[in-house]
Amino acid sequence: MENELKENTISRRKFLKRGGGLTFLVAGIGIPAFVRKDEKSIANEVKASAWVHISTDGTVTIFNPAAEMGQGTMTALPAIIAEEMDADWSKVKIEHSPVEPEIYGIPWGGGGRGGSMLTVGSRSVSGHFENLRQSGAQVRFVLISNAAEKWGVNIDELETAPGMVIHPKTGKKISYGEIASFAKFPDELPEIPVNKLKKIADFRLIGKDFQRYDIPAKVNGSAIYSMDIHVPNMVYAMINRSPVNGTKPELKNEDDLRKISGLLEIVKLDYGIGFIANSMEAAQQAKNNAEINWTGQSKAENHNSQSAYQEYEVLAESGNSGNMVASIGDFSREIPNTRKVIRADYKNDYVYHAQMEPLNAVAWVKDGQAEVWAGTQGADGARSAIANHLGIDFKAVNLHPCYLGGGFGRRSMNDYILEAVDLSKAVNLPVKLIWTRTDDIQFGAFRPISLQRLEAGIDASGQIKAWKHVVVGTGGGLLGSGADIPFYDIPNKHIEVRNIDHGVRTKHWRAVGHGPNKFAIETFLDEIAIDQKTDPLELRRQLMKNHPRELKVLETVAKMSNWGEKLPEGRARGIGFAERSNSLTAGVCEISLDRKSGKIKVHKIWCALDAGIVVHPDNAKAQVEGSLVMGLSSVMMESITFSNGEVQQSNFHDYPILRMEDAPESIEIEIIPSTEKPTGIGEAGLPFMGAVVSNAFAALTGKRLRHMPFTPQKVLEALG
Amino acid sequence: ANLLWTLRERLQLTGTKYGCGVSQCGACTVHLDGNPVKACVIPLSSVKGKEVTTIEGLSKDNSHPLQKSWISEQVPQCGYCHSGQIMQAAALLKKNPNPNSQEIIKHMNPILCRCGTYVRIMKAIEKTIQNS
Repeated sequence: MENELKENTISRRKFLKRGGGLTFLVAGIGIPAFVRKDEKSIANEVKASAWVHISTDGTVTIFNPAAEMGQGTMTALPAIIAEEMDADWSKVKIEHSPVEPEIYGIPWGGGGRGGSMLTVGSRSVSGHFENLRQSGAQVRFVLISNAAEKWGVNIDELETAPGMVIHPKTGKKISYGEIASFAKFPDELPEIPVNKLKKIADFRLIGKDFQRYDIPAKVNGSAIYSMDIHVPNMVYAMINRSPVNGTKPELKNEDDLRKISGLLEIVKLDYGIGFIANSMEAAQQAKNNAEINWTGQSKAENHNSQSAYQEYEVLAESGNSGNMVASIGDFSREIPNTRKVIRADYKNDYVYHAQMEPLNAVAWVKDGQAEVWAGTQGADGARSAIANHLGIDFKAVNLHPCYLGGGFGRRSMNDYILEAVDLSKAVNLPVKLIWTRTDDIQFGAFRPISLQRLEAGIDASGQIKAWKHVVVGTGGGLLGSGADIPFYDIPNKHIEVRNIDHGVRTKHWRAVGHGPNKFAIETFLDEIAIDQKTDPLELRRQLMKNHPRELKVLETVAKMSNWGEKLPEGRARGIGFAERSNSLTAGVCEISLDRKSGKIKVHKIWCALDAGIVVHPDNAKAQVEGSLVMGLSSVMMESITFSNGEVQQSNFHDYPILRMEDAPESIEIEIIPSTEKPTGIGEAGLPFMGAVVSNAFAALTGKRLRHMPFTPQKVLEALG
Repeated sequence: ANLLWTLRERLQLTGTKYGCGVSQCGACTVHLDGNPVKACVIPLSSVKGKEVTTIEGLSKDNSHPLQKSWISEQVPQCGYCHSGQIMQAAALLKKNPNPNSQEIIKHMNPILCRCGTYVRIMKAIEKTIQNS
């Protein structure tokens, strides 16, 4: 991907031109792999594409099917193939796969071959794992079959070492590159039985430390993001978008704007006005000087986020029912039979993605075709969206996926891509569209605001007998994730989501509902523990005693942090547990507090992780570190507010995100060894952060923080 | 004309990134006569006769000690902020080859990282100091 400005995906033609080597092809969904050396036969394969190309010089090119937005799967996924085929990792090159979801996508349940290429929900490694092992093993099968034939020996007598086939009886060796120069291929490849795949104990790459493929290009500026694309004759565009979702623009000073030197065109869009110029500066000048009336009724115009909490309280109290997340036993019947009922409300404000690369795309629409460069979490979905938008066949869309300067869910939308397409179409030129940071915030799509109402009935022995959790907020399906707690054995559970549509844009944000819901659940458990004069670790131990895998994670973090040890004056700790994308985490943080300013300092975080087989442990740790810090940022300082439907924040001065001075001094992560299937890691560290800080604060002060973010102002209010 | 867009769009030195446009995030940090500045708020006219160094000018082959540490500590994730992070750190070590951790934090604080790589940035800078 580095420095390949124009052809950073591999077209089929480019495969053909490679010649000489072996390209491994997969045709259609679930059909066994083919191997073809004859270019004509490749051309006849309608859906032909490739996972692996072996050059005669021994270079192994592996194709990465997922978006690379910082999570490192462009390294981890090829490592799975390389492991099973026994490639020499030092000779592996990684390239973006073509946009072919039939081959490079994964179904929603994961595990299969073909589906969506959407890179979301930390599903890349878990979803691709089995398929890539199988594909890698099939490549190895072809290589050893060819060596067996050449040497006239039985295939069972052959072994592989990185990059070569070995015949131990005679000591003969042959490199993969050499095999590629003469290899023949079976018409059909057998599925390799699971018991013939590599044994975990024999892994050379998976579970070992190796470097990320993308990092060298990311320390010298050569990694190419869509904003870095340059196309001859390209022009620049910016857009003024409706400040209140749903209103329409009327440009008042078009004549004045047209006098701006370098301004080429003004394009009216449904929800904005686009300015196209021959430089960024001229486009920005037009944008800044535009006077626009925003007209029309919109649902969002009545939305004031701070007063929304009152609506949520009313709805939480009402007899209305929403969507059930989980229902076990009978909460209403049992709650009157309990000795004590504990209730608490938790709130969290809208949160913005704040990916460091503002949204942007380069598009060139010409002659019924479109060529587009974008950092997108869903290359195939973006391609379809472009085709549908233009009313052309998707084969007429050439989408070049680029590195993403952060995604976090925002780049699973296509709005910025379709805008670039519209503007290019209007001027018949390649257009680079850039959102300013203010655009990116004010036309953001946020993690929803919500209120979590928790209620628990405790019996005479101190056991939690009944549990009710009602999530009230906007954003519908985004609200419920992480609300269920199947690993806590409580006989009566009622978990429900009630939604109000405010007409503003909401979207998946790293870990989705898990951030707010784990904050509420894990803080509430802490409140119960304090009420019952029980250690919060002990309370969770009891609830989880029949769930050994979860319990192990909890015990691990307790041990790592030496939970219960005496701390220096002014320090306190909080503990919490969470799951996300089937990974299990438990965390402890240690804080201090400046009681005068109300500023909390998080000094240390400990996190235990069970993510099944971890393909790339150092990167897994990096992901947990990153999600802990991003989680901490959201917990401590992030808040988007709406006033009459308008976002009130505009840049990092009024939407601060965590800086180095507020980063923890140390983060310790322990990955629990496992032979279970891999689970998602990219979001796993984030969800418990709100609770562990609130719990540490309660341990330190006896006061409770129940509304994220925990700004100094809210801290001072809590201290009273 | 503006320094950032001139570097990026006229000279196609795209290692220097746009992040906020108002000197808040530091993704566009370059050296102006050796001092770290935010290119997004620098008019081109004000750099006349001065030396501008971008990430592309730090080394030809990832051989700058900070680049080596950034690789060995596996610092970047999305990578977008790291041209700015490395340029900011390089300016510090040039002036003060042995800063303590408080000096490092104070100096690095203007450069935002959304992926949350701060702990590794700190390790990489400290490692660079130890190795020098």
